[in-house]
Amino acid sequence: MIAMVVGAIHPGTLQVFWFMLIGVMWLMYFFLEGFDFGVGILLPFIAKDDLDRRVLLNTFGQVWDGNEVWLIVAGGATFAAFPRWYALLFSGFYLPLLLILLALIVRGVAFEFRNHNRAPAWRASWDRAIFWGSLLPSILWGVAFADFVAGVPIGKDGRYVAGFWHLLTPYSILGGITLLALFCLHGSTFVSLRTTGDLRERARSAARRIAPVAIAAVIAFLSWTFSNAIGAHDTGIVPSFIPLLAIVAVISTAWLVSEHLDGWAFLSTGLAIILTVGTLLLNLYPRVMVSSVSPAYDLTIVNTASAHYTLVVMTIVAGIFAPIVLLYQGWSYWVFRKRVMRPTEQPPLGTSAAAGPPPGGVATTVPSSEKVGPVPDKADPMAPAEGS
Amino acid sequence: MLPLAAGVAPVTLARWQFGVTTIYHFLFVPLTIGLALIVAIMQTAAYRSGKPHWDSMARWWGKLFLINFAIGVVTGIVQEFQFGMDWSHFSTFVGNIFGPPLAMEGLLAFFLESTFIGIWIFGRGRVSPRIHLISIWLVAFGTTVSAYFILSANAWMQHPVGYKIDPKTHQAVMVDFWAVMTNPTLLGQFTHVVLAAYTTGAFFVLGVSAWQLLHNRSQEIFGRSLRVALVVGFIAILGTIWFGDSQAQLMTKEQPMKMASAEALYHTQDGASFSLLTIGNLSGQPIFQIRLPHLLSVLADRSWDGKVLGIDNVQAAEVKKYGPGNYEPIIWVTYWTFRLMVGLGFLMLGVGLWGLWLLKKKRLEKKRWFLWALVWCIPVPFLANTFGWIFTEMGRQPWVVYGLLKTSKAVSHIGTGYIGTSFAVFAGVYSILAVVEIGLMVKTAKTPPDEPKEPEAGSETGTRTEVPELVY
Ligand code: HDD
Ligand code: HEM
Ligand code: HEM
Repeated sequence: MIAMVVGAIHPGTLQVFWFMLIGVMWLMYFFLEGFDFGVGILLPFIAKDDLDRRVLLNTFGQVWDGNEVWLIVAGGATFAAFPRWYALLFSGFYLPLLLILLALIVRGVAFEFRNHNRAPAWRASWDRAIFWGSLLPSILWGVAFADFVAGVPIGKDGRYVAGFWHLLTPYSILGGITLLALFCLHGSTFVSLRTTGDLRERARSAARRIAPVAIAAVIAFLSWTFSNAIGAHDTGIVPSFIPLLAIVAVISTAWLVSEHLDGWAFLSTGLAIILTVGTLLLNLYPRVMVSSVSPAYDLTIVNTASAHYTLVVMTIVAGIFAPIVLLYQGWSYWVFRKRVMRPTEQPPLGTSAAAGPPPGGVATTVPSSEKVGPVPDKADPMAPAEGS
Repeated sequence: MLPLAAGVAPVTLARWQFGVTTIYHFLFVPLTIGLALIVAIMQTAAYRSGKPHWDSMARWWGKLFLINFAIGVVTGIVQEFQFGMDWSHFSTFVGNIFGPPLAMEGLLAFFLESTFIGIWIFGRGRVSPRIHLISIWLVAFGTTVSAYFILSANAWMQHPVGYKIDPKTHQAVMVDFWAVMTNPTLLGQFTHVVLAAYTTGAFFVLGVSAWQLLHNRSQEIFGRSLRVALVVGFIAILGTIWFGDSQAQLMTKEQPMKMASAEALYHTQDGASFSLLTIGNLSGQPIFQIRLPHLLSVLADRSWDGKVLGIDNVQAAEVKKYGPGNYEPIIWVTYWTFRLMVGLGFLMLGVGLWGLWLLKKKRLEKKRWFLWALVWCIPVPFLANTFGWIFTEMGRQPWVVYGLLKTSKAVSHIGTGYIGTSFAVFAGVYSILAVVEIGLMVKTAKTPPDEPKEPEAGSETGTRTEVPELVY
């Protein structure tokens, strides 16, 4: 039944639909992972001690892996819906992707590993891993997306391998800086939304300081993008109100932060990210990879798309499961909606059922007596805490 | 950039890189799948009985589970993008069919795992115990779903179904999704691999519990863990062997070359025997061999005198079908990996039986040498898994997609320097990770458990906090 309905959709429409859907996945990825990248980068600057770092990491600890899955799904969907795009994209951007993967590896294990040893040197190294592991991808994704739009030297044989330095043009570097600034801003508004006390204040003042940089970067980058598009008589659609809205969003963040409207500030940085990256994606349409050699060698939605049957199957599966995923992901954000607090006093020894007073180290004796009634699992929320 | 790599063909490097990173990923995967199940079982017992030691067990094993999970996740991301990086021709050729399972794995499995593991870690005390229990079951379910989808992609490479070759683009195009999802090879692989993963989890728990008991740690916790794992492990290893055996018959039909090279059988034979080991060379004139008569025929064909095709005969047939070329995999690799996998399987079956017998005699915890044997068995399932994959993948060579695409044609058009660089980088990072990971696992596995606590009345005195240490 559903198969017949979806199958009857015009093949071209379905191809465009999948291009849009993949675009949306990237936007979800940047919106969500954007804030955990941002917090990771701000970690050394707004945390005063290990407990602060613990609190900061816990603002997104339960969601970062789910955020990263948006990237995996975007990759998988590109593979399925536009195999040639996937093939050329990842073999062409080989070295940047390698660096991104490395960063994601180191960062991913750091979240878990840092807790298993209390030695300051151990923690400091993993925290450094979190910082670099968040910083590098933020810049590199910006560089890569700018290069997508600016084009890469795809030749007649439909191949290219760009050297790493090749991909670093002034325009793409600006793209990297823009995304980095936006993520930092997004991270700081996220922290001010999710914490209390001093940390919140520090996050707000970080946001105030980052905002001017972000505003300047977004304005410069989007104007450059726009003038490139006009100069090239671009076939892409660039409704000018989208980049304009991006600029409005990032400017209004500065104001919302100063008004202490944390929630709205977070939304508006998110919006700024979506509108900025969205501008690039719209500019790409109807191409998926732009050849800087000649438009004749562009990869387009049409010439890279999978066969109709594959798209129909994918549409049905996505139509059923994507809403379910959104529901439970949304629910998980709802469960953890409370602000993360820095404990203000040490619990008397013994009342905390936590792993017992560990030798040395402060952060581990984090009190933990939020009991939810007489529950059969006598779990103290903290007890499984320490690995050591 | 890499002097060592100069002169090596990109395809060789790409193969090594893929093999190494995949085997590495698959060291953690089976433990994740297996431990998720075992922890879920323990937590269910805690929920049902309300007994604190079950809860301590679930939490203690949960720590090891999370350390392992973290590496499973980050190495998996590399897998996802490697196809495009190193194997772009492959990706273009198979994307229509190979891509959908990958995308669906993300959508159906990875979102489930990653979201609910977050709830499980941070949700203690925040969500109800019931939802907390459901979360770990959903994680366990997610790992299994993920195995199904990724194996559907791998099974398609072993035995392509539900496709046609588009005459214009020369790509494989899907014509029947249902056929891809019910590929007989997939059903065989899935049961075999998932049961092997449960075996892995169980033998891990057995070994660690045994070590703890040998050091006089809590009988209540580790004696119980030992028993749970013994039961899970015995059922799982029995199933692994059972389904492995049915896979062998399928393989005989679908990839006769693989079966022949598993035995280094050069000439077609009726009532073929199975050699336990061979000394000398495998090319037909061994110096010393132990043979079990007729076993190969039984394995391949379920009949005493069944005919098993020899390598030379399959080679001739494939030349006829696909044109001139060498269609033999590297025989010593397939021969030995197959033997080792099967041998280690029976070793674990023996250990499991023995354990059950001791359990029945109520002497399980007292036999110190048996406990030490369990400790030494920890690496066994990991080795069996690795040999299994090397056999499956190397036995398919020279094809990357059986009968459709040769490995030599699948690789990206990028220089040796790039692949060499990335290989060196991954090898370096993975080695460091391995050292850290093993160190942490061993350290954590040696910690005594927390004393189980009765709920303390009125322990609300501490400050309210939302700062659990445990993240991943
Ligand atoms: C039989 C099972 C199995 C096999 C053969 C593979 N994986 Fe895997 N993979 C899993 C079972 C699994 C898992 C159990 O679901 C993992 C391990 C730890 C985890 O978090 O999920 C996982 C993690 C994992 C992740 C990270 C998910 C996340 O962020 O949560 C990715 C992207 C992949 N895998 C991709 C692959 C690819 C592309 C493979 C093929 C070469 C592959 N895996 C082989
Ligand atoms: C389901 C997940 C998979 C697992 C667990 C797996 C496992 C393995 C293993 C263990 C090897 C090692 C053999 C060696 O070192 O040579 C290997 C090799 C290889 N695999 Fe797979 N594989 C999987 C899926 C794939 C996929 C999707 C591809 C597609 C490109 C693939 C292509 C290859 C290639 C090209 C080699 C190198 C061949 C060789 O060196 O002989 N495999 N794989
Ligand atoms: C003892 C009896 C066993 C038999 C008869 C057996 C049989 C097989 C066969 C025939 C294959 C190749 C399938 C193919 O290429 O199409 C295979 C693969 C494999 N085996 Fe086993 N196996 C046994 C034990 C084990 C054990 C104990 C483990 C691990 C704990 C294991 C793990 C694997 C893995 C991971 C693969 C690769 C994936 C696959 O193709 O299914 N096997 N086995």
